[in-house]
Amino acid sequence: MEYIFSGFKEAVLIIFSLNPEFLYIVWTSIKVSILALLLAVIVGVPVGIFVGLVKFRGRDFVAVVLNTLMSMPTVVIGLLVYAMISRRGPLGGVGLLYTVTAMVIGQAILAFPIVAALVVAAVRNHEDKALRLARVLGASPFDAYLTYISEARFSIFAAVIAGFGRVFSEIGISMMLGGNIRFYTRNITTAIALETAKGRFGIGIALGMVLLAVAFILNTGFHCFQKRSV
Amino acid sequence: MMKKMFLAIALIRVFTFSSYGEEILKLATTTSTYETGLLDHVLPEFERDHNCKVHVISVGTGKAIELGKNGDVDVILVHARGAEDRFVDAGYGLGRRDVMYNDFVIAGPQDDPAGIRGANDVKEAFRRIKKMGSVFVSRGDDSGTYKKELAIWRKTGIDPGTVKSYLETGQGMNQTLRIADEKNAYCLVDRASYVFSKNMVRLIVLAENDPILLNPYGVIAVSPDKHSHVNYKLATAFIEWLVSPRCQSMIGKYKVDGNILYHPNVVSEGRTD
Repeated sequence: MEYIFSGFKEAVLIIFSLNPEFLYIVWTSIKVSILALLLAVIVGVPVGIFVGLVKFRGRDFVAVVLNTLMSMPTVVIGLLVYAMISRRGPLGGVGLLYTVTAMVIGQAILAFPIVAALVVAAVRNHEDKALRLARVLGASPFDAYLTYISEARFSIFAAVIAGFGRVFSEIGISMMLGGNIRFYTRNITTAIALETAKGRFGIGIALGMVLLAVAFILNTGFHCFQKRSV
Repeated sequence: MMKKMFLAIALIRVFTFSSYGEEILKLATTTSTYETGLLDHVLPEFERDHNCKVHVISVGTGKAIELGKNGDVDVILVHARGAEDRFVDAGYGLGRRDVMYNDFVIAGPQDDPAGIRGANDVKEAFRRIKKMGSVFVSRGDDSGTYKKELAIWRKTGIDPGTVKSYLETGQGMNQTLRIADEKNAYCLVDRASYVFSKNMVRLIVLAENDPILLNPYGVIAVSPDKHSHVNYKLATAFIEWLVSPRCQSMIGKYKVDGNILYHPNVVSEGRTD
């Protein structure tokens, strides 16, 4: 019991010391996750809306595939991307393995099916009155699409938040593609794994607390944004 | 398609502020050298002198060599002489140098259920563990420690698969030691990792000082003939730094809780720079 208690005490001290390495680790997590999420949203939202709205052959199959990909383990994504970007792989020439870029790519692949599948579900349940109305009023398909997004933004936002939760807390991709390099690719989760391996529970607990705190702050931000735009 | 992919990747790189300014040296090494803090102790000076950043990827020796073979790193610091020589002989590595050494020990529970404390040598200790059916925790990965452990089993003529309570963790050295501690088991561990974790585990050293337990570390640059993109110049500079009298004395003086973890290879007797 004693070591858990002293771990918490140490954790509080570490958080308030604002140690530059500690802050860098937290910043890396935030930076990578937000960039990855951005990519996933740029691709995932249009795909989700398309699959949710447009009737085409094999649409149900695509939806099922997206749902399936939601349970893709992070280590499998890590493995596939690793095989692609290792110097021996087809994209080896770029030298991406063990870089922040590699982590962003991996996490974007992780978030994409989550964002897309949840948007599909959201859009399917949503009235498509807005879309039809906009078209009737003479809007171009693109304008109608924008109108529709603005109508469905609430559910789309929920999809984005779910995607963020997934990438921010994952470790498999960060470890395999980032390599846990100090002052570079070390993020909150890989740092926790390292410190736990070393038996330094204090730093691990501190990082865990910060991970939750950052997620809380960002989600509060999302929430306020959502509320304001109602 | 390929072009677009490269373009996309280039864009992400810009956004993630990948530093093109300073040179980067990618070093693959073992979990023990990294987690004991040795590299954090000796690298800053090298980085300052050469205006570069060393990216340390800490994995098992086998994985480190694999990364070298694929050209994913520029230099490796590992401990498995046989595998190192094969790496060099196959043309993947250049300029291998001995850097430092320490030794392995067998850690185990204080009450020593297999009674290995009085064993003449490590082979005998392993035999007793097998005979008493005690729990033995193994790395079970491709690390230098695991290779050493298998070499000892081979010498005893025992197939570790036949040891009753033989657990393979597949994890790093410190983690494996911790698991052995939780299971009240025996395990083979390098002395640096043991000293580093000593205050956090209850296991004690029960067998040591057998010549077979010697644990030498070597550094090898990845050959630019196999992978033209590697930073061979910086890798060579790094090797020279590791074996320089200055760095060698830093290695020899590196202590955790008052204990020396590694002995430098190159420094001549009595010289302290």
